[in-house]
Amino acid sequence: MDVVNQIKQAVINGKVDANSQYPPGSEGKPGVRELVQEAIESGQDVDNILNNGLIEAMKIVGDKFDNHEYFVPEMLLSAEAMKAGMKLLEPYLSSAQQEQKGVVIIGTVKGDIHDIGKNLVSIMLEGAGFKVIDLGTDNSAEQFVERAREHPSAIVGLSALLTTTMQYMRDVIQTLRENGMENKVLVGGAPVHQAFAEEIQADGYSKNATAAVSKVSELLGVRA
Amino acid sequence: MPHPILERLKSGEILLSDGAMGTEIQKYGLATGGCPDEFNLTQPDAVKSIHQKYFEAGSDIVETNTFGANRMRLENDGLQDKVLEINISAVELAKSVCPDGKYVAGSIGPTGALIQPYGTDSKEDIHEIFSEQIEALVKAGADILFIETMMDITEAELAVQAARAITDIPISATMTFEVSDKGVKTSWGVDPETAVRRLTAAGADIVGANCGNGFEQMLVIMEAMRPLFDGYLLAQANAGTPIMESGETVFKETPEDVKPKAQKLLDAGVNILGGCCGTGPEHIRVLRQLVDAANRPK
Repeated sequence: MDVVNQIKQAVINGKVDANSQYPPGSEGKPGVRELVQEAIESGQDVDNILNNGLIEAMKIVGDKFDNHEYFVPEMLLSAEAMKAGMKLLEPYLSSAQQEQKGVVIIGTVKGDIHDIGKNLVSIMLEGAGFKVIDLGTDNSAEQFVERAREHPSAIVGLSALLTTTMQYMRDVIQTLRENGMENKVLVGGAPVHQAFAEEIQADGYSKNATAAVSKVSELLGVRA
Repeated sequence: MPHPILERLKSGEILLSDGAMGTEIQKYGLATGGCPDEFNLTQPDAVKSIHQKYFEAGSDIVETNTFGANRMRLENDGLQDKVLEINISAVELAKSVCPDGKYVAGSIGPTGALIQPYGTDSKEDIHEIFSEQIEALVKAGADILFIETMMDITEAELAVQAARAITDIPISATMTFEVSDKGVKTSWGVDPETAVRRLTAAGADIVGANCGNGFEQMLVIMEAMRPLFDGYLLAQANAGTPIMESGETVFKETPEDVKPKAQKLLDAGVNILGGCCGTGPEHIRVLRQLVDAANRPK
């Protein structure tokens, strides 16, 4: 198997590096860290490593999650593995290019501390070439407004896992508009759905990380 | 000394726990993103009133308002120094309205931690966090512990182990399962067989499921769990799936909707029945009729 395919497999398996004890019995075998390093040193095209190694793998992982083959632990480890690979590619990915493609401000809303989904979306957006400003969890409307002010053309992504906290997305959008911010807002999270997004006047809804990348690209008018 | 709750279950009696606390507290003005556990300190009368309504509706057991009252969760609201105060007052409030022959269950929910290797939290740290909460609940006089809404088997196991090391009172451990065409699993991929095996090995007296997507799915889960062991099974189901309506979360299944579905749960061999999100005193009233009928000598 060529190295890029090996990288893809390692991400799917959640194998971060040679020391990782996961998957069971894989200790000593190369993980994403070693394989990406090898790929870079052997002159592999960085975009190839990124797109066909890392991003392709996360799309497959996302599908497995949707199909109830992968669960939260598997997602977390694959995301760890992808992050490890992205970190090695960072010096080769242009920050200026990222800003040009687009900026996404993302955060979980007030009262909600769940972030696994948001983190996956962040990783996928970075992989797709966007600059991501991750505000973490439990963010007030004011916190989103402050960042939106600094990046008037950024997409604002809101995440929530609870039916109670998702209501706060309404407040965030209201506050943004009251303050004259015109940033397009994308919403997501387990309890969120299209009808809710429309009701609160969000500009888009995506049901998973892969769809989020497509939606962000669409909203910014750039190629995914 | 045999515990009264276990003695009653052993005699074949089915017990009725209570309905939701979270959705009831929301009726008393819990702000979006607010901390329900704090209500024990800021609105004790509201909490007492909820317990009272459940006892009056027929619950044998009510759960304390301590679902998120562990150090890690309270830290999100800056209340980590109030772990003891919140848990102790919660038990005291429930006990103050608890009739003779009825019981108070200490509710213990997940910490939100990601335990190594999935995150940075160590098993030791999580064990300690559970111990802190459990010690307070037990000292304040809880009759039984309800470890609930668990998704990660390691975390659930740690909670049961922490409890078993502290107390002899009965321990119930329930997980939240999803039903799909691939079977019954928690969002962490834990199946009923693993849950039953590891939680009973860790020392749980009662295992089962709570929360999820309503009584119908709960039946699928219970039918998967019942054949796996001879011990006591607990089921606390939601009044359906949460649905958004005009900016509010509603659970659509009424007490009448729930009645035939709850009967099936009793027929499936559940030993402790109750409600989770969206259920209230009226649901419990209906369940009380069913449980009484099921307990009548044949």
